[in-house]
Amino acid sequence: MGEGELPGLLVNEIGGKHGILHGHVAFLKKHFYLITMKEFLEDRKRMSKKVQAIYLWWHKPVIDQELLQSLPNLKVIANSGVGMDHLDLKLVASFGVKMANAPRAVSSSTADTGMALLLASARRLVEGYHIAMSSGVEYCEADILGVEVTGATLGIIGMGSIGYKIALRAKAFEMNILYHNRTRRKEQEEQAVGATYCEKIDGLLQRADFVMVVVSLTPQTHKLIGKREMELMKPTATLINISRGAVVDQEALVTALQTGVIRAAALDVTYPEPLPRDHTLLKLKNVIITPHLGIKTDKATYMITEEAVENILAALNGLPIPSEVLPS
Amino acid sequence: MEGQDLPYVLIDHIGGKHGVYEDHVEFLEKHFHLITMTEYLENKKFLSKKIRAIYMWYHRPVINEELLQSLPNLKIVASSGVGIDHLDLKLISSYGVKVSNTPFVVSTDTADLGMALMLASSRRLVEGHQIAVSPDTEYFPADWLGAEVSGATLGIVGMGTIGYKVAERAKAFEMKILYHNRNRRNKEEESAVGAIYCKKIDDLLQQSDFVLLSVNLTPQTRKLIGKRELELMKPTATLINTSRGLVVDQDALVEALQNKVIKAAALDVTYPEPLPRDHPLLKLKNVIITPHIGSATKKTRRLMMENMMESIQAGLAGLPIPNEVLL
Repeated sequence: MGEGELPGLLVNEIGGKHGILHGHVAFLKKHFYLITMKEFLEDRKRMSKKVQAIYLWWHKPVIDQELLQSLPNLKVIANSGVGMDHLDLKLVASFGVKMANAPRAVSSSTADTGMALLLASARRLVEGYHIAMSSGVEYCEADILGVEVTGATLGIIGMGSIGYKIALRAKAFEMNILYHNRTRRKEQEEQAVGATYCEKIDGLLQRADFVMVVVSLTPQTHKLIGKREMELMKPTATLINISRGAVVDQEALVTALQTGVIRAAALDVTYPEPLPRDHTLLKLKNVIITPHLGIKTDKATYMITEEAVENILAALNGLPIPSEVLPS
Repeated sequence: MEGQDLPYVLIDHIGGKHGVYEDHVEFLEKHFHLITMTEYLENKKFLSKKIRAIYMWYHRPVINEELLQSLPNLKIVASSGVGIDHLDLKLISSYGVKVSNTPFVVSTDTADLGMALMLASSRRLVEGHQIAVSPDTEYFPADWLGAEVSGATLGIVGMGTIGYKVAERAKAFEMKILYHNRNRRNKEEESAVGAIYCKKIDDLLQQSDFVLLSVNLTPQTRKLIGKRELELMKPTATLINTSRGLVVDQDALVEALQNKVIKAAALDVTYPEPLPRDHPLLKLKNVIITPHIGSATKKTRRLMMENMMESIQAGLAGLPIPNEVLL
């Protein structure tokens, strides 16, 4: 299989900080001739015509006008994961290039991340770990009590496929489920998880013991949860964010946590990632931060690559793209 | 005069690490005249005849022959939590004293914690948090991965009330559920959670990605999970324990974790609690330990206290005792 036979797939790098996982390389090489950004930049003249597709891993390589202009045969960009907020969809479309994301692969593992954070925060697992594992930490049992999950009220903001999978899991914990979404789900879908629609976000915020944010980042959801929203929440409530850091007003969150406006927060996403090392959020006892665990499992990451390959091959063969993303 | 007509109830101490909570004391003192061990020892002659019940919180005060002999009017011991392995039931019964525990109120919290430990361990939550807040962190590496919980196989050893609630929760994560129990559950109960019975524990151990222990500690379950059982488990498997530390052979567990015989462990219970600060379990990267917080929520602890109060009141009134523990 010479390099002339397989379509060229541009990736940022293999391994390293933000590179394609080593375990995925063999699979990709079955279908594509892999070109890293380094190889591309070193031999632009030859490589630029070969590239027919780009596979983005953790938002890299950065897709800008310059790159798009230098790839005359580029047909499709496949994104790892579901969020597309890092892409200028209109710009890409203007070059006649198609785009796809990987929604199926992410939903279960991201829903699991949401539940893991909810449970860890409610039961003060990280604090408990430090007490159990460290030397001589003095504590009072009465001071480390957590809050109940079973039977509590969960408010899900954003009831897409990930939000719905969270509802399925929460139902098994006998949680009372409220949800807020751009559009209301069908009655059967609501009944299957016992979810009550809140047309106004305020109603959800006022009643929930746990508020789980699961929206896409768009201009409409930027700072969706700010000072006003947090003040509507119960002082005993927990905020869990597994969407994008920018959906929450971080400075308002710091204040809310410091002054007891809400009980605690668990954040899988921040803005930026990672936070500057002197950021107040890192010092607060009632915050758990995780390094964008979202889909970080062997299984989910592999499924994402499989889904991306499926989308790319469909685009290159002129077939309908299973998870095409159109500029809105 | 206040408190003089109320029944005298012995407690260990108030506040501190594991003492009766101050806000519980306030409520209890409406119904009982509470005597701490310190007060009792200072005034044994007068108090020993007055004490009619013992309120045992976090396994204290310790009930031994000496104490039982010196409390001639003791009618009932109310013990917090569901475990009764710390009580010599035969001895207590021989003095005509009744015993109660709080079995049902702890079930959902303990099942929730079992799920929390499984998710935290599998997705490397604690480690991840440390990376996220560490002063040395410059970026989050792309090749740092955990293992998927959804769709994995969970083996539940001990399918009592708590084990069954774990199964209900795990089902929603599309997990395949195997269980091993003294008795098989009925068909409806099994199909409601999609659980498959493993008559031999070996079958469960060999197939599970997660092995969760939720048995009582009895002479039969002591060191139930030892070297042999750990070697039957997959090298990619995780052991979760929310029952009692003694159900696991701890030394065998240390070895298994050090030699990668199993992948990881998440323990809410150890022996002893807490572990000595130089114990090898505390040094292993693939271990999460929590300080016996299975039922540690404000609401549940409050309900436990109320249940215990009811049991004591019934015991003192000669009425049927809620949550009585029979020999």
